[in-house]
Amino acid sequence: MRRDALPLRLEARATPSAAMVWLTPVLAVGLTLLSGFALFAALGFDPVRVLYGFFVEPVASKRGITELVVKATPLATIAIGLAVAVRANVWNIGAEGQLLMGALTGGGLALVFHGEEGPWLLPAMLVAGMLGGMAWAAIPAFLRTRFNASEILTSLMLVYVGRLLLGFLLNGPLRDPEGFNFPESRLFNPEAMLPMMVPGTRMHLGAVFALLVVGGGWLLLARTFIGFQIKVVGLTPAAAAYAGFNEKRVVWFTLLLSGALAGLAGVMEVAGPIGQITPYISPGYGFTAIIVAFLGRLHPVGILLAALLMALSYLGGDAVQITLGLPQAMTGVFQGMLLFFLLGCDVLVRYRIRRRRAPAQPQPQTAPVTVP
Amino acid sequence: MIAVFDSLAPILAAMITAATPLLLAALGEVVTEKSGVLNLGVEGMMLVGAVSGFAVTVTTGSHAMGILMAACAGVVMALIFAFLTLTLLANQVATGLALTLFGTGLSALIGQGFVGTPIPRLPELNLPGLSDLPFIGPILFSHDALVYLGLAMVGAVSWFLYDTRAGLVLRAIGESHEAAHAIGFSVLGIRYLAVMFGGAMAGLAGAYLSLAYTPMWAENMSSGRGWIALALVVFATWKPGRLLLGAWLFGFVSIAELHVQGLGLRVPSQFLSMLPYLATIFVLVLISRDATRIRLNAPACLGKVFHPDA
Repeated sequence: MRRDALPLRLEARATPSAAMVWLTPVLAVGLTLLSGFALFAALGFDPVRVLYGFFVEPVASKRGITELVVKATPLATIAIGLAVAVRANVWNIGAEGQLLMGALTGGGLALVFHGEEGPWLLPAMLVAGMLGGMAWAAIPAFLRTRFNASEILTSLMLVYVGRLLLGFLLNGPLRDPEGFNFPESRLFNPEAMLPMMVPGTRMHLGAVFALLVVGGGWLLLARTFIGFQIKVVGLTPAAAAYAGFNEKRVVWFTLLLSGALAGLAGVMEVAGPIGQITPYISPGYGFTAIIVAFLGRLHPVGILLAALLMALSYLGGDAVQITLGLPQAMTGVFQGMLLFFLLGCDVLVRYRIRRRRAPAQPQPQTAPVTVP
Repeated sequence: MIAVFDSLAPILAAMITAATPLLLAALGEVVTEKSGVLNLGVEGMMLVGAVSGFAVTVTTGSHAMGILMAACAGVVMALIFAFLTLTLLANQVATGLALTLFGTGLSALIGQGFVGTPIPRLPELNLPGLSDLPFIGPILFSHDALVYLGLAMVGAVSWFLYDTRAGLVLRAIGESHEAAHAIGFSVLGIRYLAVMFGGAMAGLAGAYLSLAYTPMWAENMSSGRGWIALALVVFATWKPGRLLLGAWLFGFVSIAELHVQGLGLRVPSQFLSMLPYLATIFVLVLISRDATRIRLNAPACLGKVFHPDA
């Protein structure tokens, strides 16, 4: 009886629908816009005005476009690493902490060699940032492979630890001696900063690195043996074990890679648009990158597009806060809704929606059965 | 001896207070996970519960109303999760993360107008007779209604899971949804209810934060307690009684910050604030290293998608 509660049912597809894999993100974005429309109308705003202000106005100028790239840079960089990890069924949700560590180690180098900069410093900072993020991600990797502890919880706990560590250092050793006791480091010298690509804007060389990361992520997944191992471990762990793939090595590799990329994103932020170490390095890029990875279908090209869209949600949040006085938390609500719709629509990839057949009616018997 | 008791009692009472939000949320999650569903959105449900409870209390002036609405808000959040994972068969890990991200944003949005609004703290309920007991009275029986509720729920959840038929069905579904389905139990129906219960408890945990623990609203005020509650469930190997011990342990760790500074030790406050998070990692490692124990205690279908027609 209970199985007929809904007139629709889900029928498993023989193979996942390739078309739906790319259609569902579009569908999810459409549904998010529709819900946003309804939400703003319900809150008493002119929805057309708000959505225009949120999604169109911020990128209607050259400056807007460059800001979009500035925000998409860390998102794409981090999301590539997270996507590779999720492919292997490794859930690194602590990228935010790894980002902070990267900013700390990479940016710390700029502070240590303040006044003694050379052309070697910037590359060294980038490497240090990656190592910092990697070291922070090595902790969950070690705890998972050695003690079987869930990387989901350990990596997330380390976000809080990382934030507190950053707070401690900015209130002590790293604080700008001439900064009026604000918990901020001194400003980096120009030699320790990523060069700007468009003069007069904040669009820095990091955008190129992000593109390289996207390309590298594609190569890794499509063309290398470790990439193949990652996909097999994630899809069918039993087959991976049978083939002799070392699952622990895959866990280590994916966590270190995603940590390094989050660290790179962190150092690119402090050496790019920010120019110093502050407590506000990231507006949650490490968490938003999880949405980016899913929205981009864990595929590098998709991630690039998704990063731009999520960057727009940050710009839109800022814009409607200024122009319409809407709270900036709108950004989080939009991002959450988008992920919900995406996850919900994803059912279409592996299932068809079918109308339930009417339950068979007993055949009316017109004539009594006669026994010969 | 009396002097030691006198100085110890406030510490233990504070420990029980700090443990309450963790206990409430973790008890809800135990029931959810025992039915085979892993809801990582506790933090998000807790925040939405906290802000809803606060907003309703400010608007109506009634704590009871606020607490009720916080539980309802938790249920609504949980229903989003249940619909996506149970009806639309979405990945539970990803959906739980989405619920937390969404809840963080939504609570900030709702709470916009309430930052800095003062409200009276949820009043303490002194139990006649019990509250006057020496030592035990000030520790256990000088709290507000939600603390008592948390303690009572330990017994209630334990009784439900292990001494009732419904609890047996719920555990059976968590162990093998196919078998339970074949027998004729409504896997989805029970799981919906279990997820909703988890949401209500997370909502109450949030209400405790915003109405009693620190009577105010601040963005992200749960600061990871939802995640710690998730770790507690593993630490307790899915047993309500051990959950109480775990929650008290964490309550103790989280108040250590105040007391260590009171002792005059010059440890930077940030390092003391790290303690609950480091302790979470530590106990998680301690329990998880025994893979057999986890395998024996974790519901076998935890996190797995159930599709009856497959």
